[in-house]
Amino acid sequence: MQAIGDWFQRLYETTGLNFSVFYDAYDWGRYFSGLKMTLLLSVTTILLSLIIGAFGALMQGSPSMLLRLPVNAFVVVFRNTPPLVQLFFFYFGLGTMLPAVEAAGMRVPLLSNVQWAIISLSLFAGAFNVEIFRSGIEAVPRTTLEAAEALGYTRLKAYIHIVLPLAIRVCLPALNNNLVNLLKTTTLAYAIAVPETLYAVKQIWSESQNVFEMMVVLLATYGILVGILVWLMHRWERAMHIPGYAR
Amino acid sequence: MTTAETGHRLAVLRPYRPAPAQMSVRIGPLPAAILCFCVIMAASTAWAQTGPAMLSPLQVIVKWSPLLLRGFAFNILISLLSMLLGTIAGLGLGLALLSESRLLAAVSWLVTQFFRNAPWLVLLFFVMFLVPFQVTMFKTTIPLPDWIKATVGFALPVMANVAEVVRGAVRSIPSTQWEAAESLSFTRRQTMWLIMLPQCIKRMLPLWMNIYAIVAMSTVLASIVGVSEMLTLTAQVHAAEGGRPELFAPLYGFALLCFFLYCYPINVWTARLERRFRVR
Repeated sequence: MQAIGDWFQRLYETTGLNFSVFYDAYDWGRYFSGLKMTLLLSVTTILLSLIIGAFGALMQGSPSMLLRLPVNAFVVVFRNTPPLVQLFFFYFGLGTMLPAVEAAGMRVPLLSNVQWAIISLSLFAGAFNVEIFRSGIEAVPRTTLEAAEALGYTRLKAYIHIVLPLAIRVCLPALNNNLVNLLKTTTLAYAIAVPETLYAVKQIWSESQNVFEMMVVLLATYGILVGILVWLMHRWERAMHIPGYAR
Repeated sequence: MTTAETGHRLAVLRPYRPAPAQMSVRIGPLPAAILCFCVIMAASTAWAQTGPAMLSPLQVIVKWSPLLLRGFAFNILISLLSMLLGTIAGLGLGLALLSESRLLAAVSWLVTQFFRNAPWLVLLFFVMFLVPFQVTMFKTTIPLPDWIKATVGFALPVMANVAEVVRGAVRSIPSTQWEAAESLSFTRRQTMWLIMLPQCIKRMLPLWMNIYAIVAMSTVLASIVGVSEMLTLTAQVHAAEGGRPELFAPLYGFALLCFFLYCYPINVWTARLERRFRVR
């Protein structure tokens, strides 16, 4: 570790390229905590949006109009409005209406900005996931469902054990795209002062005066994060693949 | 942003239609808009507690709507300009992706992946901070106001996405067409411009419109870097009305409504075109 720090220190002295995160412990700490926050945001929003997508798709396929209509409205509204405005609407609009709670002698809002970011981003990506799962479910033949029915599965059990596993395999490529998009959208949390990577890096470059270098670090960070996610999704795709059917 | 039109290979399943192919929306745009507005208004009932001298949220919106709508028009202008720029650059990049020169194809692949995978907001920061506020060329100084830089910032990811769309569309045309063109002694350039691209337009149009809807929604990001578009104006209007917290929801709700009314028809139209042009 020391060698890396020394190398970047020397790089700064010889070329003027100031990658302060790699030799300055304070900058590194800020960057690292920002990275952790980005990871927290991504993982929780991905999981929540998958749950929202699965439930939404289940509700959308239900015979009851009362269940279908709210899901359709949710999908249409969240797909056709900017995620940033949604975030502001939730955090400023709804956040200020919720009652404040007493914590450690201070009045703090019921939900913090991190929690609002998680809620808002999950709903945004969840709306897309509903559509993706629905198109996957539509690819499952009716006969399979009828076979499940004949075996005595209830609607819910058939959905969990038969339809969803098949549907997920079908819609993985589209899901992959959407989750990568979600990872990129977590940068929006910057706008409500969630200390994620972009926020931390902006702080570093305004103090260390190294905008260009930190830009490079920032773009590389997101490139690597997206790369890891894509790699994981491909592994998952391979693990899920049914022997004898896929290529 | 999807390029996942590859069919699945599970023999047990019926053909898979990628997500945006049909919207399955059984509520019309107008009822949806009304519903959305009602929710916003219901969420803002808190104004009832305030004194009689203060304007209700609806009155505030009506009072400031000319300014806010002008901001929205600015958003649309930015989106149209960046779409224009991005499409021209993306067409070039897409043709470079298809080029026969290995080096050119590899470099343009790298550029495409880079701009496709970087977050829009990060690219916007990239352009905002690293492009100077004015350029001096031949002793004339051309100022670059921040909204022009923002336009360029949006055009970069558009370029990469359009390039992918162009590449995908040209690839989707049967290779027999290339051979037929060759046998009619068309040069490669002629084949591309006279035979391939005209056929591709139909395939590209829905995807291109999809990208446009995304750009239109992304223009609000410009408010983070200080361009005075709709969201910035919304915050200023909120401050001008005394910064009452109960005004947040209706004001941002109004912004949501504007974008919804603009983007939803585009999406419906895209879905319709996609159904009509489905090649299968």
